[in-house]
Amino acid sequence: MIANLVQLAAEHAEEQNPLIPPGPELLVGAIAFAIVFFFFWKKLLPNINKVLEERREAIEGGIEKAEAAQTEAQSVLEQYKAQLAEARHEAARLRQEAQEQGAQLIAEMRAEGQRQREEIVAAGHAQLAADRKAAAQSLRQDVGQLATDLAGKLVGESLEDSARQSRTIDRFLDGLDETAAKAEAAR
Amino acid sequence: MSDNGCGFPAPGLHSFLFKPIFTVGGFEFNKVMLLALLTTLVVITFFYAAFGKAKVVPGKLQLAAEAGYDFVRRGIVYETMGKKDGEKYVPLMVSLFFFIWIMNIWSVIPLTQFPVSSIFAYPVVLALIVYLIWVPLTFKTHGFVGGWKNITGYDNSLGPIKWLVSFIEFFSNLLVRPFTHAVRLFANMFAGHLMLVMFTVASWYLLNSWLIPAAGVSFVMTMAMILFELFVQAVQAYVFVLLACSYLQGALAKQH
Repeated sequence: MIANLVQLAAEHAEEQNPLIPPGPELLVGAIAFAIVFFFFWKKLLPNINKVLEERREAIEGGIEKAEAAQTEAQSVLEQYKAQLAEARHEAARLRQEAQEQGAQLIAEMRAEGQRQREEIVAAGHAQLAADRKAAAQSLRQDVGQLATDLAGKLVGESLEDSARQSRTIDRFLDGLDETAAKAEAAR
Repeated sequence: MSDNGCGFPAPGLHSFLFKPIFTVGGFEFNKVMLLALLTTLVVITFFYAAFGKAKVVPGKLQLAAEAGYDFVRRGIVYETMGKKDGEKYVPLMVSLFFFIWIMNIWSVIPLTQFPVSSIFAYPVVLALIVYLIWVPLTFKTHGFVGGWKNITGYDNSLGPIKWLVSFIEFFSNLLVRPFTHAVRLFANMFAGHLMLVMFTVASWYLLNSWLIPAAGVSFVMTMAMILFELFVQAVQAYVFVLLACSYLQGALAKQH
């Protein structure tokens, strides 16, 4: 019966209407598509979406990591620069301090030297004054003695002639000079 | 077969009829059904090989499949419906695109040489699926009255012609739309196949004595048609999915 119908359909091929879809074809088409759809819907697309999401995250994670590393490097650099600047500042401060201390030391030394020099000079002056005083003292005693001696001699010699007198005076003066020279040499 | 006197076996509607390969209880299984099932097999096999064990660092096959997937997802669905609304329909659109494309491609594969979508039933099934999604979606989104307003484009600001506009829109959207959706794909593949058969048969038919140069021309035309068909097959798959997306987008849109 069906074979006859098929035969009939083939014979009347020219009368077929391509716009009237036969039922079995509709069924097969629906099944064929349904299988494809369910496979995509349930298995394949969730699969690939997961992977695509992972990839996106991996890429974004990489970028984030790189950014973090860059930020860290930047902060380390800044820290380092700050430390360097601080160190420079410190060095400058130390140098300044050393200079100040050095100057102060020099000034102190100079002042000390000055003071010692003045002390020595003052001591010298004092010694000189004392010497002079002692000399004047002894001179005064000596002159008195000498004058007495000289007067005695003059009287003893009985003032005969002026020539002797003058010789005596000369001798006296020579002796005086000699005494002075001796005193000078002793100093 | 038709005989117009010269013995040229002109292609026609009979080129789209196939004797059943086998019959199970009145169910005639023919070549086109086999190709439809092969389409399923090819699409699933390819994408299973590519996405079955998808890796973060993709191989060549996965990369190619990802490009195809991304083309439909971003290039069609997100473009028309937006990412938020479209995401839900990505699996449907991806399946539609690759299923239709492979159904079309059988047209130029040696031995099979028949586009499944040139049998009207197959585009009808797919258009019907899309129709059965966007019509309920319209009413679900806008309610009963809002849904009808969305479909008919009813708008008080149009004044008295609103009834005419509504009628035309109703007719165009609800009745003509699914038909044209299916026919667009079907007719393109149908015509393409006719052309291919025509030139192929002519190449053989003209291959005698002084007609040999004509056979050469016909052969070159066959080659050109194959290239052209490859283009049309992809374009029709693209257009079908693009229209499906725009229908869904229209169903979701606030104002039509």
